Amino acid sequence: MFETIILMMDATIRVSTPLLLACLAGLYSERSGVVDIGLEGKMLGAAFGAGAVAYITANAWLGLLAGISVSVLLSLLHGFASISNRGNQIVSGVAINFLAAGLTALLGQTWFRQGGRTPSLPDGGRFTEIVWPFAEQVRNIPIIGPFYAEVLSGHKILVYVAFLAVPLTWWILFRTRFGLRLRAVGENPAAVDTAGISVVWMRYRAVIACGILCGVAGSYLSIAVGSGFGVNMTAGQGFMALAALIFAKWKPVSAMFTCLLFGFLDAAGTRLQGVEIWLIGEVPLQVFQALPYVLTVVLLAGFIGKAIPPKAAGIPYLKERS
Amino acid sequence: MSGGQLPRWVDLGLIPFLNLSAAFLVSGLVVILIGENPLDAVKVLLWGSLGYAEGFGFTLFYATNFIFTGLAVAVAFHAGLFNIGGEGQAYVGGLGVAFACLALDQYVPWYVTLPFAILGSAAMGAAWAFIPAWLQAKRGSHVVITTIMFNYISFSFMVYLLGNVLKKPGSMQNETRTFEDGGRLPFLNDVFPSFGFGYAPVNLSLFVALAACVAVWFLIWRTKLGYEIRSFGANATAAVYAGISPVRIIVVTMLISGGLAGMMAINEIMGSQHRLLIDFVTGYGFVGIAVALMGRAHPVGIILAAVLFGMLYQGGAELSFEMPNITRDMIIVIQGLVILFAGALEHMFRPAIVRFFTPSQALAAKEA
Amino acid sequence: MSEIPAIELRKINKSFGPVHANKDIDLVVKKGSIHGIIGENGAGKSTLMSILYGFYHADDGDIIIKGKKVTIADSKAAIGMGIGMVHQHFMLVDNFSVLENVVLGAEDSALLAGGLSRARTELKRLEEEYELRVDPEALIQDLPVGLQQRVEILKALYRSAEVLILDEPTGVLTPAEADHLFKILDVLKNQGKTVLLITHKLREIMAVTDTVSVMRRGEMVATRETGNTSMEELAELMVGRSVLLRVDKEPAQPEAPVMEVENLTVTDSRGVQVVKDVSLSVRAGEIVGIAGVSGNGQSELLETLSGIRRATSGTLKIHGESIDLGTSTLDAADMRKKNMGHVPEDRHRMGLINSFTEYENSILGYHRDPAYSRGLLMDLAAIKKNAVAEIEKYDIRPPNPMLKTANFSGGNQQKIVLAREIERDPEVLLIGQPTRGVDIGAIEFIHRRIVELRDAGKGILLVSVELDEIRALSDRVLVMFDGKIVGERGSNADEGELGLLMAGVEDNRMTAEGGVQ
Repeated sequence: MFETIILMMDATIRVSTPLLLACLAGLYSERSGVVDIGLEGKMLGAAFGAGAVAYITANAWLGLLAGISVSVLLSLLHGFASISNRGNQIVSGVAINFLAAGLTALLGQTWFRQGGRTPSLPDGGRFTEIVWPFAEQVRNIPIIGPFYAEVLSGHKILVYVAFLAVPLTWWILFRTRFGLRLRAVGENPAAVDTAGISVVWMRYRAVIACGILCGVAGSYLSIAVGSGFGVNMTAGQGFMALAALIFAKWKPVSAMFTCLLFGFLDAAGTRLQGVEIWLIGEVPLQVFQALPYVLTVVLLAGFIGKAIPPKAAGIPYLKERS
Repeated sequence: MSGGQLPRWVDLGLIPFLNLSAAFLVSGLVVILIGENPLDAVKVLLWGSLGYAEGFGFTLFYATNFIFTGLAVAVAFHAGLFNIGGEGQAYVGGLGVAFACLALDQYVPWYVTLPFAILGSAAMGAAWAFIPAWLQAKRGSHVVITTIMFNYISFSFMVYLLGNVLKKPGSMQNETRTFEDGGRLPFLNDVFPSFGFGYAPVNLSLFVALAACVAVWFLIWRTKLGYEIRSFGANATAAVYAGISPVRIIVVTMLISGGLAGMMAINEIMGSQHRLLIDFVTGYGFVGIAVALMGRAHPVGIILAAVLFGMLYQGGAELSFEMPNITRDMIIVIQGLVILFAGALEHMFRPAIVRFFTPSQALAAKEA
Repeated sequence: MSEIPAIELRKINKSFGPVHANKDIDLVVKKGSIHGIIGENGAGKSTLMSILYGFYHADDGDIIIKGKKVTIADSKAAIGMGIGMVHQHFMLVDNFSVLENVVLGAEDSALLAGGLSRARTELKRLEEEYELRVDPEALIQDLPVGLQQRVEILKALYRSAEVLILDEPTGVLTPAEADHLFKILDVLKNQGKTVLLITHKLREIMAVTDTVSVMRRGEMVATRETGNTSMEELAELMVGRSVLLRVDKEPAQPEAPVMEVENLTVTDSRGVQVVKDVSLSVRAGEIVGIAGVSGNGQSELLETLSGIRRATSGTLKIHGESIDLGTSTLDAADMRKKNMGHVPEDRHRMGLINSFTEYENSILGYHRDPAYSRGLLMDLAAIKKNAVAEIEKYDIRPPNPMLKTANFSGGNQQKIVLAREIERDPEVLLIGQPTRGVDIGAIEFIHRRIVELRDAGKGILLVSVELDEIRALSDRVLVMFDGKIVGERGSNADEGELGLLMAGVEDNRMTAEGGVQ
């Protein structure tokens, strides 16, 4: 039983990582007033870029760099459409999801001829587990030992990056000039404009930050947990990250807990398949799969607190004519 | 507000044309990138989708799906709502068709089943849109987000139903039993053999789709409800001033929108597959967004856009056969580019065009 | 006179498409003075100030600051040149603290801590120097508008502004808050700052400015020493000819009440009582005017009576029926059915759908009327026929029902709304700001129509922030202050007396008479 709990916690962390990265990515974008339903597409693009370059160079770091670059490029496209051209942010996000889904599979097939997949990564093309000091020695200490050795130790570096990004994001948002302006531009861009700050540049910086984190999220899928890119390998995780962002009410620390919760549901769904639960009976896998979305809808319905988005989110900024 | 008045033909003709051209130009570049000749590709695509009757039949079959999902998005647009949940609504709409067909197919001919299938699909699609609509109307939670959530909820819901409840006993496939003749719409090839549609699954639901276009046109521009929907979409405060209830308009519009999306299932389930199965929507709901954008939320525009996307689907299939390098994923890329240029970047060319037309226009505006 | 002016503008031009908002504007502002710029709505004052603040770019012309010709690329450049602006709609982030709003854009360094602590000290200093007290930790959304405005002034001073532009600063203030603001402006002047006050209210100009410039239709028509001019002269300069609003009308022949409101109380979405226990009646054949500074509950009163807003409690007697407004669910459509018309205060936000054609707008709110529909369908022929008739009768130009209303001028747009509401032959007509942003010719036309409606035996409730309009049209004047009706006067009400009531000065007569009937 205890072992099961440890294994579940370990799995939860692994599943939560890409969600958390994408969720924080969306946080930067939406806090600046740019709604982003293209998280999915950016993650997918990054997963492909990372998988392709890591395969060719046999270097995970170069793969990561490529993943981030692809994602940032897609972010800039979103910025060009929704910030510079004041297009509809939802439509732009949908377009990015289509483009990423189509281009990754198409180019994957053209370049690698494996039905859109990239070939299995060579050694060095994948990130490896980082084992914390004394992980093996303390393993036998009851409770703390397995927790240290399994749950804390032994993840890929990107997992630690994701969880360190949480306090970092909090600090950036609430303790730096950039964060102050970022939050302001998502609430009242006119106030930022009249304070002599460029709304456009502020929002571009926000979507670039979003692109970087989405890039890490996608790369994690293809070159950390996975061993190469697979067609549509994000499978809706970008949308789940979006749900988590809303569920977390656009706050970094809540985002972490929400992603852990959603990750846990996923791990539990897999774990409990075919298992009879006392009094309830067997719970279908689909219930666990749908639960994050159902919970988010319940939250949006205002039954558990109220999710109030940044006031200017989704509205292109146009200087008013008096 | 929109930065200057333009002649109607520029607004409705030239700008969409430029946007679309940009999308296809970039698509051409992608084709070059993967080492093929775009002009050859276009030739194959046109031949495959329009060049022979069977290919054209396939084009029309796909277009039928797009008309339904495009109309769904367009109706919501008129109320200022963005229904991104066509995917889930169409999927659940399949239940309505399946219920009608499974219940009646052994007892009555198809034309008796059809009205029930239409009602069933529309009712199920509308039901799936209801909660997002109600939450938007009463709680102000954006339909964009809630309909996305409902798409994913529908995927799990349908997999569960098909895998555990509706499954044909003893089958490994997650699907219902195949309908008898009473649950099958006639193929156009059987109705009009002289057209030679061959094995193309285009069926009578094409006419249901065209009827839906007429009905939507009537609804939006000729009825009081349509007037209220457009009023609410254009200026919600003024609509309240006019005594139009936002709650009623949001809910009713979303129900109509969801119903139209649900009706897509008639074409797929009753018209072609003749059984309810997993993942039969495969993106048609999302592409409805592109169709509505390109068709400028007008039924005539939607028919044209739907046929264009039908051509892409059918021509794309042909293309992946003739030029294996260009897989069907190319179609997804083109759709993405169309959504990008005709939707998100729709104003990109506008300032330049306004400048081009302004000298003569400025005078006219001053006199007014 | 040899002193270098704080600001000098030469031949400034600015067009928005076909609209020439500023034409060859010249302006000289003396250092250490309060300089007023007055003009009607749409005269181009705000555009000019936005150019000075770098928000818009002039098409041509020179800006000279402290004797040096400059280009102001953006607001940042303007701030750098010592120009600060208090916008009509505050440029504050609602869920930020006062302190965060003050440092936004002037944070000193990449980390916030330093900038915030400097701002805290600096705010304390400014507070003492200019008597601008406000809690630096308070959230903007919790502050009353008067204090929010103070934060805007502090923002400018924190950026060491030498010149402070205030755009219609009293529009949202109570008279007491406005007085306080004027005191602050005096302190600023005494400390050597230059103040540019943009307003359309003559009283304010006379009260605080040293110099006043008048704008009309995008042009600067005159500059005067405030001491050497009069309200009459300025009014004439503003409108271009001598129009002290005077409407020719016979004394009212009021009959029985057609609308009675009793003990109406309205609470807004933030839980603040905006209309407090208001009782009033409107009789057939009279115009009842409601005077008051904007934001004292008049808008909410109109919206509640017309069915747009819900009341907390109160009774409405209309059309021979008594309605409990606290529990009724009647909406605007229901109120129209009870023969109540409504010309809303803001035609762009409410009265019209500007992307619709004129004929579509001509039935907004009446689209369910059997005269314009057949079953579920709209009767387009009947609608167009009616639109053409109204265009003719109200001289709406251009006379084209197929044109979108966005393409009509303000006066013609207002006529479209007025025609729609009056021609439905209402028993009671609610009218808000009937001539806001409307040219002089149309004003006269609109006023005449309103009086005609009265003479036809209808009851009219008129809300306007233009005291002259209220006095010219009303047969009885009620004054609203802080959500309450604080006084009633006849058609010959004294301007000064009304002004005092609008400022919230206690009215003795009212208690003597035992309240408003």
